[in-house]
Amino acid sequence: MAVLTEEQTMLRDAARSWSQESSPVTAFRKLRDEKVPGGFKRETWKEIADMGWAGIVVPEAFGGVGMGYQTLGLVLEETGRTLTASALISTALCAASALVLGGTEQQKQTWLTKIASGDAIGSLAINESHHHDPHTVQLEAKRDGEGWRLNGRKRFVLDGGMADFFIVSAKTASGITLFLVMANSAGVGKQVLSMADSRGMADISFDNVKVAAADVVGHIDKGLAVLDATLDRASAGIAAEMLGTATQAFEITLDYLKVRTQFGRLIGTFQALQHRAGKMFVDLELSRSCVEAALSAIDENAPNASALASLAKARMSDTIHLVTNEMVQMHGGIGMTDVHDAGLYIKRARMAEATFGGAGFHRDRYAKAMGY
Amino acid sequence: MTDLTTFRNEARAWLEENCPASMRTPMTEADRPWGGRNFKPSHPDVKVWMDRMVAKGWTVPTWPKEYGGAGLSSDESRVLQQEMARINARPPVVSFGIWMFGPVLMEYGNEEQKRRFLPQIARGEIRWCQGYSEPGAGSDLAGLQTKCEDKGDHYLINGQKVWTSYADKADWIFCLVRTDTSKKQGGISFVVFDMQTAGVEARPIKLISGSSPFCETFFTDVKVPKDQLIGQVNGGWEIAKRLLQYERQNISSGGFGGGTEVEDFALRYVGLKDGKLADADFRTRLTIHKMEAHAFDLTVRRSQAEAKGGKDVGPTTSIIKYAVAKMNQERRELGIEAMGMAGLGWDGPGFEQDALDETRQWLRAKGNSIEGGTSEINLNVLSKRVLNLPE
Repeated sequence: MAVLTEEQTMLRDAARSWSQESSPVTAFRKLRDEKVPGGFKRETWKEIADMGWAGIVVPEAFGGVGMGYQTLGLVLEETGRTLTASALISTALCAASALVLGGTEQQKQTWLTKIASGDAIGSLAINESHHHDPHTVQLEAKRDGEGWRLNGRKRFVLDGGMADFFIVSAKTASGITLFLVMANSAGVGKQVLSMADSRGMADISFDNVKVAAADVVGHIDKGLAVLDATLDRASAGIAAEMLGTATQAFEITLDYLKVRTQFGRLIGTFQALQHRAGKMFVDLELSRSCVEAALSAIDENAPNASALASLAKARMSDTIHLVTNEMVQMHGGIGMTDVHDAGLYIKRARMAEATFGGAGFHRDRYAKAMGY
Repeated sequence: MTDLTTFRNEARAWLEENCPASMRTPMTEADRPWGGRNFKPSHPDVKVWMDRMVAKGWTVPTWPKEYGGAGLSSDESRVLQQEMARINARPPVVSFGIWMFGPVLMEYGNEEQKRRFLPQIARGEIRWCQGYSEPGAGSDLAGLQTKCEDKGDHYLINGQKVWTSYADKADWIFCLVRTDTSKKQGGISFVVFDMQTAGVEARPIKLISGSSPFCETFFTDVKVPKDQLIGQVNGGWEIAKRLLQYERQNISSGGFGGGTEVEDFALRYVGLKDGKLADADFRTRLTIHKMEAHAFDLTVRRSQAEAKGGKDVGPTTSIIKYAVAKMNQERRELGIEAMGMAGLGWDGPGFEQDALDETRQWLRAKGNSIEGGTSEINLNVLSKRVLNLPE
């Protein structure tokens, strides 16, 4: 754990007690069982926003807390432990980042303020395939008078069913441009998807959607600069959530090794299991270092922030993969049952791994940055 | 902050003035400045550099001045390290005295012992070796049997050590001995003595890498003065464990680095195609390894930051020792694999020197998960002391 300021420690502790008391795994299970549309309740999101967490990276001038990504990471780690369903990733992390990085004064005034207050949910609509591939864009934006017309489809948009607006990447005359598109615009269609981990997801279609000139985010044809920087933040941020999820999965498993008896002794006395537990712990510690370093590098605008974000996402993906597999295996039969939480953790793990690029995607990105 | 900046400027200026140009080049195994009575520097500048740093107290910058150090704060010491790294300055002295024995002597020795041994270590005058493992006591170190009898005015030592690093070149040994056979851990004492004492014999062991850094060391009726027992009689196990922490810490911070970086071998011997290493499978495994190494560096830094923040990082040493061994072994395997047949040369013409070194390093690295506590022992320590899994 990084050395924290007093303010950060307070926020972390608040996030921990809220997650454990008001948003335990049982709450997530209930949402799943009740098939709550979008995966979470708007009033929960409002409650989270009232505690200030929706606006952690939003500057104070726009109603936020202006504390940065290391701090947002602390909250995500705690909510990740209990699989809290909310718009923290789609909105507080991703949409807010895109607007902080590329938004006009007007866009910030309107949307960052609403993000911070919990009155707007936004999401990145950037992928067109089932694999994360943000640089391949077919959705087209053509000039139409002063504004634009959008045609095409985006897939697997996080919280896409609940979002009030999207940050959409589109192909323009000589590059990629980002647009802020209202979800209720004429021509926007939604196909809500039911995912294994119950996280809200939708395919969004754009049929001749009219967008005003003022809704361009960043520069025309040069949207990749803002998009890539946003995805660095997205990758490091979701890695922090994954760190919480993986740590909790590990601790649940460790507790089980201390209570389950077979052959007349606790299974935690078996060296075969002790060593596997030890290796998982080493892996978690190494991955924690990467997550913390990536978030700090983003806050400090360090030149290697992008490589560190990929390092964090790739390693955290491998770690959570291992830990959740071992969680099922070490629990034995009970880990295969729906009544146990292991299934919830392994499903969330795979989903988080695939979001914003898996280990393979980020390894390739890291290797390119290193010149091999 | 200003004080630290002043210190940095002074250190930088002094190093610029005093570190010979030849001491700012990569160091081979033969260049290592071990010091000691029979020290033969590979170059006259090695001695010049050592002497200048000794005079500054900068061979052991954080030790108190009365023991040969400079009494620097940990922040100042870090700045000094950064400034040395900036000009690629070689370490002025490398020694088991500085890494391992000095720190535990500071903690467990009496004043007379500290004044006697620490300044010699700081000045690189005495080269120390470590008498720990025995033929029957490797991972089960506390099972050691080397006998130490109280003969009134002296101790009498009989037994055998093994894997004693550089025992054939060392001047003194710090050694674990059995002073009580009725208790295992509670019957061990920590003594030090001169390797020239009658009855001490060291025989080098040839390894698979072709080199002989380790010895079998025999003690036959070795007489040791009583003031050379450190701490309490039968109280040596605590000191032994603390010293192992320093050993693991040192292995971890210095790593098993050295030599050509694995990605440089890959670029030279595999080559790029369309901007990526031509062998896709190798590229993936190399990248996984490099990311692991990066994660490891960040973890060492985090652990140092947390130690400064007052957190007990003792348990971290097992994690770090386990991880660094695995990492270096992977690095060396990838190194020779990148070179194909050129990575398997033994000596002579037809091979690049750094490729020949890598072949030896690959084999030497197999010891990383054995020495200083095997990886399995480190996982045991981790699962019991950190994860609190039941016995």
